[in-house]
Amino acid sequence: MKKRSIVLLSNNAGLIAKSFAVYAKDLRLEIRTRSALNAILMFGITTLAVVSFSLGQSGLAPKLLSALFWIIMFFSAMSGLAQTFIREEETGTSLALKLTADPDAVYLGKFFFNLTLLSTMAIIITPLFFVFTDAPTGNMILFFLVLILGVLALCSATTIVAAIIAKASVKGALFAVLSFPILMTLLMTLVSAGEKIFDSQSFLEISSEIQFLVAYVVIMITASILLFKFVWQE
Amino acid sequence: MYRIEADNLGKRFGERVVFSKINFTLATGQSLAVIGRNGSGKSTLLKIMLSLLTPSKGKVTYYQENQKLDDAKIRSAVSFVSPYLNLYDHLTAEENLKFFATVSGGNITGKDINQLLEKVGLEGRGMDYVFEYSSGMKQRLKYAVAMLKDPKFLFLDEPTSNLDDDGKRLVVELLEYYRKNSIIIIATNEKEEYSLAEQQCRVDS
Repeated sequence: MKKRSIVLLSNNAGLIAKSFAVYAKDLRLEIRTRSALNAILMFGITTLAVVSFSLGQSGLAPKLLSALFWIIMFFSAMSGLAQTFIREEETGTSLALKLTADPDAVYLGKFFFNLTLLSTMAIIITPLFFVFTDAPTGNMILFFLVLILGVLALCSATTIVAAIIAKASVKGALFAVLSFPILMTLLMTLVSAGEKIFDSQSFLEISSEIQFLVAYVVIMITASILLFKFVWQE
Repeated sequence: MYRIEADNLGKRFGERVVFSKINFTLATGQSLAVIGRNGSGKSTLLKIMLSLLTPSKGKVTYYQENQKLDDAKIRSAVSFVSPYLNLYDHLTAEENLKFFATVSGGNITGKDINQLLEKVGLEGRGMDYVFEYSSGMKQRLKYAVAMLKDPKFLFLDEPTSNLDDDGKRLVVELLEYYRKNSIIIIATNEKEEYSLAEQQCRVDS
């Protein structure tokens, strides 16, 4: 091995490039195995179909419509978003990742991967929801604003909880139990905002909910980045 | 010049003491074989040295020219090969190398990848998924990933595990290559591997 020339790394990739590498790796693995997306979509579509056939198509109250929509989003998130960390632990790849990757890059990569999954789910489920439930479509700009903030908030909370539960033996149950107190206020706010939107109220009347959602996302992401290193290392 | 210090390390799981009072200091150019019977805590000691586990007692400190290294610098200076450290089965060997190069903070060209794969005896198999590899080929690929960094601290747990005679020769050559400019720590219970390191540390509860 006298002439062995080892590849020297230039150490010039920044946090964005490293985070993107984690994100792209997870996306590639998901496209090849479809373990999380299938779970999320199956849950979302099945729930939506069962609910719409049970309750009928029209005349549902705004509060009920909003609750149904966010329950579907919440349980879909619960069924799939923990996979990104659980898969690393179960396949034994987390050691290699811990030894090479900056924890911030891992968190951001996983967060954006979860965001992609839940956004895909929302893109598929939202039109189906309006078709199946005949929900009012008069306030769609506000609906999409709340939907974007809601998806961001769900991902910010579930990503850090998924990292915490990944090493536990009863992951599924623990994920829901740990997520519940963190997501309780979020869900109540989302349902309240949705109710007002389906009731054709104006932006001013849901501004407090929007402020809460923005604050929730900022606080959760900041706290997660600060805490993730400790969660990830052991 | 790099240095690593294990200061009074101890680990217990519940009531069971795995090991205690482990002390050693190694500098660049030195190597250590951690030996002991099955279940004596060799792999646990390596995981503690790599900050993958927290010790119940004591601490591990990395230095470069008497300056303590922070986590980021340790990550960029450490490579680890072990049977329980897995690569991504649903990525190809090339994709694994590219991924670990990027998250380690660098870039790697197709030519570099081919060179690395050739060095570990995997030439022509870079486009294969890792799940198609045998356990020996996976072990060789782990060495390729370890070589991405030019490690200043090289940790090997059961270094010749799953390898054929050619693979074992590769490990010996690799250790000779890194011996001068790295600190090498090997955990093993194979007597023929004891000689791969200059010093020994016996771990027994």
